[in-house]
Amino acid sequence: MREIRGSGIREFFDIAQRMEDAISLGVGEPDFVTPWNIREACIFSLEKGYTSYTSNWGLLELRESLSDRIYKESCVYYEPEGEILITTGVSEAFDLALRAIVNPGDEVILHEPSYVSYKPCTTFAGGTPVCVDTGVEDEFKLKAEKLEEKITARTKAVILSYPSNPTGATLGRKDLEEIADVVNEHDLLVISDEIYGKLTYEGEHTCFSSLNGMKEQTILLNGFSKAYAMTGWRIGYAAGNKEIIEAMMKIHQYIMLCTPITAQMAAVEALRSDDEMERMVSEYNRRRRLMVEGLREIGLSCFEPKGAFYTFPSVENTGLTSEEFAKRLLLEEKVVVIPGSVFGACGEGFVRCSYAVSQYEIKEALERMGRFLDNYLR
Amino acid sequence: MKEEKQKGEILKILEENARTSDKEIARMVGLEEDEVKGIISELESGGVIRKYKAVINPEKAGIDAVQALIDVRVSPERNTGYDSVADRISRFPEVKSVRLVSGEYDLLIVVEGNTMKEVAYFVAEKIAPLEQVRNTVTHFLLKTYKENGEIYEEEEKGERLAVTL
Repeated sequence: MREIRGSGIREFFDIAQRMEDAISLGVGEPDFVTPWNIREACIFSLEKGYTSYTSNWGLLELRESLSDRIYKESCVYYEPEGEILITTGVSEAFDLALRAIVNPGDEVILHEPSYVSYKPCTTFAGGTPVCVDTGVEDEFKLKAEKLEEKITARTKAVILSYPSNPTGATLGRKDLEEIADVVNEHDLLVISDEIYGKLTYEGEHTCFSSLNGMKEQTILLNGFSKAYAMTGWRIGYAAGNKEIIEAMMKIHQYIMLCTPITAQMAAVEALRSDDEMERMVSEYNRRRRLMVEGLREIGLSCFEPKGAFYTFPSVENTGLTSEEFAKRLLLEEKVVVIPGSVFGACGEGFVRCSYAVSQYEIKEALERMGRFLDNYLR
Repeated sequence: MKEEKQKGEILKILEENARTSDKEIARMVGLEEDEVKGIISELESGGVIRKYKAVINPEKAGIDAVQALIDVRVSPERNTGYDSVADRISRFPEVKSVRLVSGEYDLLIVVEGNTMKEVAYFVAEKIAPLEQVRNTVTHFLLKTYKENGEIYEEEEKGERLAVTL
């Protein structure tokens, strides 16, 4: 445990959490409250007395809706019984997936900059994380040839996470097919975290398991947190081949038993209608454009993110490291951004700015950042 | 097609916040500022955008105006049906809205005045005596919870953490 880096800049985060009238672009969750129909369905379920355990697999009704939904959107069919497991957030599903497939010493390839849990969870599961750097010159895409360079006899799996937190990068069908070819050739497994899939603003999100031959080799992870503004409910799912899902289920059964029934009842309602979700997605898209253009205007070079709700501008021209930039910006102008280095060494020189905040806050934050940059760019 | 979508998007933005600047709108929909200006003035002159207003919470603004919903049963006329009487009622400045509705009554109108008495007298003196009006029922508004899609008393929102990775 001692070797696992506790978040190195916790101190900075503590200041950020406490500072009053700071504008936080450091948020990693929607600013919307869960749509009322979902909350109302949950309240109703409590009134009706749905307070028990559910099947370890999760409510069958929910698994059936998910199966329909995935088929409708991606043309890949998962059997509700045996190929879908309801979990306590994607976080749990991710941990289960690694523990189910990784043998001691197995290597797991992940692309950086990436979400902070992937590396430590791999280590917790007894695996060895192997990082592939992605850069702005490739629009932060994982390139098949770069992936292939890292493959050894010990490689067990690849973690794919697009649309990406923190970069907002997405992969198109062609990019994914090239990765699938490599995966196929080396007979690897893929853990595909598609939690931001619904938040794709240009082109369509392609589910990795929908690619030719990939269903058997993919553990698809998704959930309700981002698309339906349900972060605090802790509900997600894993879908994959029976053998792996069964193995994940065994761990889940002993450590979690089941996902809270209230969250599952709410999720059933969430899948009934996408109107509210679509409304939120169009609002994110407006903010995305507002922020990207705004960042460019105040002098930061910013690659165009096409998914999630993050922008990942470069701060190299200020001569500051990303951590220094974030610290000074917080102290001088009270704007919270996350240093890119938190998401892997190759994130150095960038900061993550979330646009899951109101248009008003975006404008105010940009104004403050503009003032801050005037001192460094002149 | 694309242009229709952009128009729709601009309308949505303005409906939410009519004070959004042309520059910001241009960014959000991916157009040049001039193009946005052009589209908006087209929408204005075509009557799609009727006007820009603020949504005011009268209670907070300290405005004591009294509003009432009035159900009005009328006898339709030959040729014009309900239109002529509706038009006649619409012209009073005290009348804020006039709608033809189905059900027991025909017109549902909103009347505003400074006091309850003023509203009651207005109905009694100007609406009820109209030749086509058969009877009226007055409902005074006591409290507004939601209007035009806006909830007046915002619900409590949980505090988000300033930093989550």
